[in-house]
Amino acid sequence: MSGSEEGRDPQSVGRFDVPQQSPAPDAEPARRNGHRPAAQVAPTPTPTPMPPPTSGDAGVSGGTEPAVSDRPGDHWDRKVANGLAFLRRRLSGDYEVDEFGFDSELTDAVFHPLLRLLYRDWFRTEVSGVEHVPLDGPALVVGNHSGTVALDALILSAALHDKHPAHRYLRLLGADLVFRMPVVSELARKTGGTVACNPDAERLLGGGDLVGVFPEGFKGVGKLYADRYKLQRFGRGGFVSAALRTGTPIVPVAIVGGEEIYPMLADIKPLARLLKLPYFPVTPTFPLLGPLGMVPLPSKWLIEFCPPIPTAHLTDSADDPLVVFNLADQVRETIQQTLHTLLERRPDPFGP
Amino acid sequence: MTPGGTPGAPGVVVVTGVGRYLGAHVAARLAADPRIERVIGVDAPDSGAEFTDLLDRVERIRVDAGSLGGLLADLDVDAVVHLALVTSPDPQHGGRSAMKDQNVIGTMQMLAACQRAPRLRKLVVRSSTAAYGVSFRDPAVFTEETEPREVPRGGFGRDILDLEGYVRGFRRRRSDVTATVLRFAPFIGSTADTTLTRYFSQPFVPTVFGRDPRLQFLHFDDALEVLHRSIVENHPGTYNVAGPGVLSLSQAIRRAGRVAVPVLEPSLSGAAALARTMGFGRYGLDQVDLFVHGRVVDTSRLEQEYGFTPRSTAEAFEDFIRAHHGGRVITRDQLAAAEQLVLDGIRQVRSAARERSS
Repeated sequence: MSGSEEGRDPQSVGRFDVPQQSPAPDAEPARRNGHRPAAQVAPTPTPTPMPPPTSGDAGVSGGTEPAVSDRPGDHWDRKVANGLAFLRRRLSGDYEVDEFGFDSELTDAVFHPLLRLLYRDWFRTEVSGVEHVPLDGPALVVGNHSGTVALDALILSAALHDKHPAHRYLRLLGADLVFRMPVVSELARKTGGTVACNPDAERLLGGGDLVGVFPEGFKGVGKLYADRYKLQRFGRGGFVSAALRTGTPIVPVAIVGGEEIYPMLADIKPLARLLKLPYFPVTPTFPLLGPLGMVPLPSKWLIEFCPPIPTAHLTDSADDPLVVFNLADQVRETIQQTLHTLLERRPDPFGP
Repeated sequence: MTPGGTPGAPGVVVVTGVGRYLGAHVAARLAADPRIERVIGVDAPDSGAEFTDLLDRVERIRVDAGSLGGLLADLDVDAVVHLALVTSPDPQHGGRSAMKDQNVIGTMQMLAACQRAPRLRKLVVRSSTAAYGVSFRDPAVFTEETEPREVPRGGFGRDILDLEGYVRGFRRRRSDVTATVLRFAPFIGSTADTTLTRYFSQPFVPTVFGRDPRLQFLHFDDALEVLHRSIVENHPGTYNVAGPGVLSLSQAIRRAGRVAVPVLEPSLSGAAALARTMGFGRYGLDQVDLFVHGRVVDTSRLEQEYGFTPRSTAEAFEDFIRAHHGGRVITRDQLAAAEQLVLDGIRQVRSAARERSS
């Protein structure tokens, strides 16, 4: 599907990253996005350096028609060797974890490839406005939350990492419920998440990281399908004061598509209370089909980053509730309006 | 800050808890410093004679904490280093109640004695990063200003909170005394013998299922260095003392070549409680909570004030592994050999297949 988009409007630079890559395929290992169909990928990787062990056919590979039968073998050789080396590093503990528990090697090797399948092939995500996310230095990415399960945060971080020219990691701030749950808490930490609190946000921003927050929290994730794409209350605006205190620009981001993956028709409150969850969802498939109901519906996703809102001139007003609320409202309005324009661009939620 | 006497190194130093590993080493190190005239090691009357060779230049006094007051005044003490803390209940020495007596009552009596010592101008107290408590809402990294959100379940954590409260009171009453509180991360090193080093020395290591806490260690020698500097220099305030950087528990276990055995948290807590009532094992709720939540502190204040950076958590742990390589189940070389074996196998199979096809 991306191929057809490419042909239709190649001049809309920034709306899709795919056209930007095709002019210089060998500038960089550009298959990070892997967005092109397999037929196109095959000829491009030939100029990449050959692995040393099979140096005999190095001369042949320069041609347009290399030893076709040998090519996949080398590729798999390298894959197996890399995989084994990765396994050895993991088993012997030879990797780095930062003070928040972020394991970039594991994220790159395991979590992002899985999420890539989801956002690229299942949700057909289109990302625009990545140029609004700074190449380096801190920024606070603020998005709308949706989808019963907070999949949108993971999709956003994986898509941003892939589409951004500097391949930056988005450090997500999660509710403390996430960190109460075993397994989930560790997955969150290993992929760069941490508890949503001002000390952590300011520490990450102070270190020049890209931080992602969803100020709606559970009010956004757990809203009914009838309320889709209606931004909920933004709480106390703690994210704004964190940005103000560090003078970090705020990049609003609108995510369309998350609301349809698990359309929540009802909320069984007594059961939620019993399980100590903020809500217990009923979707067309969930309690009905059992585990099969966990499969997200394949909606079409659009993600748009809006122009950054600078805050460097407001550093002194971090404790001024008026400034904080005004700025939070501005961010909220920007996201809501962008959501509306994106929804107009996507008349069919399950379209191509 | 220091009325009377010269700034810097004090003349007479009292070290408490010299019957224990840390106290003995600190006393020996201070005794070796020519700037310090006298080092007096204070210890409980029933303590053993474990570190006598280390303490040959230290005057040892065996006295119970209650009669410390007169002693400090009589000896014209300039500085006190309070290290007599018990980190985990020892069933052979009275268990948890003796531990609390030592940590809380012992500290109270020591501070009361210090308050009445006219010449005292420096107090260094050993605390722990357990002072931050444990909570799921905790920030990832604790700075010295972070207040504990929940009182910890473990006895040691609660003792530390009490102890720091008493030191705050002492600071108010004796503002002329330079009080230094050092919040140490768990010690590790080639020779140190602590709950954690014993834990990592086992071949199979129990962990909490679904949790991979972030840990920090402090090399024992760096702890000595910081304590030494706190005595001979002036550093009032509270400082986190830990090796920069982080190891996750799973990573530490793998680096040590041990095998993790994940256990569900309630059963681990239950086992810890059971072990305590049965009177064996020194693992308690402190350890379980540490292995659920992890604990990472910011050490930039220490680095700025002391001009000293402890070796990193990873280096400190590496030093420990080198000294305890005996119990390894999986070594790095074995893994590398296995990797090579698989690669060679694949290569052989492929070349055989190629020969057959050509």
